[in-house]
Amino acid sequence: MDGLLQEYLPIIILLGLAIGLGVILLLAAFVLAVRSPDAEKVSAYECGFAAFDDARMKFDVRFYLVAILFIIFDLEIAFLFPWAVAFKDISFLGFWSMMAFLTVLTVGFAYEWKKGALEWQ
Amino acid sequence: MLLIDISFYVFSTVILSSALLVVVSRNPVHSVLWLILMFLSCAGLFVLLGAEFVAMLLVIVYVGAVAVLFLFVVMMLDIDFGSLRSEFARYMPIAGLICIILLMELSLVFGVWQTAESAEQARAVITPDLSQVQNTAALGHVIYSKYIYLFQTAGLILLVAMIGAIVLTVRDRPNIKRQDVLSQIYRDPKEQLKIIDVESGKGL
Repeated sequence: MDGLLQEYLPIIILLGLAIGLGVILLLAAFVLAVRSPDAEKVSAYECGFAAFDDARMKFDVRFYLVAILFIIFDLEIAFLFPWAVAFKDISFLGFWSMMAFLTVLTVGFAYEWKKGALEWQ
Repeated sequence: MLLIDISFYVFSTVILSSALLVVVSRNPVHSVLWLILMFLSCAGLFVLLGAEFVAMLLVIVYVGAVAVLFLFVVMMLDIDFGSLRSEFARYMPIAGLICIILLMELSLVFGVWQTAESAEQARAVITPDLSQVQNTAALGHVIYSKYIYLFQTAGLILLVAMIGAIVLTVRDRPNIKRQDVLSQIYRDPKEQLKIIDVESGKGL
């Protein structure tokens, strides 16, 4: 248990360094930078016009489709990891059950390709 | 061990405070970013428990994909959050009531929680000695053979999700011109081009 956590020590150190660097950069900008804001400087700039509209707007639902398809294949990959790690000890049944799993998802992949879901029309 | 205790408290504090910030921050996009921080700290807690695979899954699936979906939903709904905030005080009493009821239910559940005697044994049977076998490998030994039906069901559920998402969102747009790469490649220059020798002084 302790051995396992010691393997994570470099990640903790990296995390600490990343957070430290981020804080230092933010603080440096906060402390050192010269600031004299006025109304024109801080207002939104849109090519010399006053801002036309709110920046928040509806996204096309097709972005969502891309994200969902990404999640599905992400989960498929997540199932592959333990299979690959335990590959040497896995039984014949284990090997072929993964093949069946991949076949099912390949059918889905063929469907979405054929349907044109991957294309941006 | 002291270091483990310290990291547990750091992660828990980050989880609780970022969960609070998810609820109270004004900008919904910031809420999602705090949620991502919360997922990451939860992954840290799982690592402390020794559940490495679940921790990495949390990072890959929740931080990498589900958080993106949350961002899309926030963008897509196009809600004016300022006007929602103004009604915050109006719904405060009923929200508080629901919170208190939930808290009471949870304390009831955990107050009288009793572990069945066979539960620990049932768990111990399939858990190998974790000092010998890696966490991920231990999962790999059982998922694909012992729990094959659940595993295949997971695959079918993913397939249904894929088909459902496509059926709901893909519309055939017949009047849109699309690039057909194959027909472009197979175009023969001899059929498409011809060179005409035009005599000078005459037109075509």
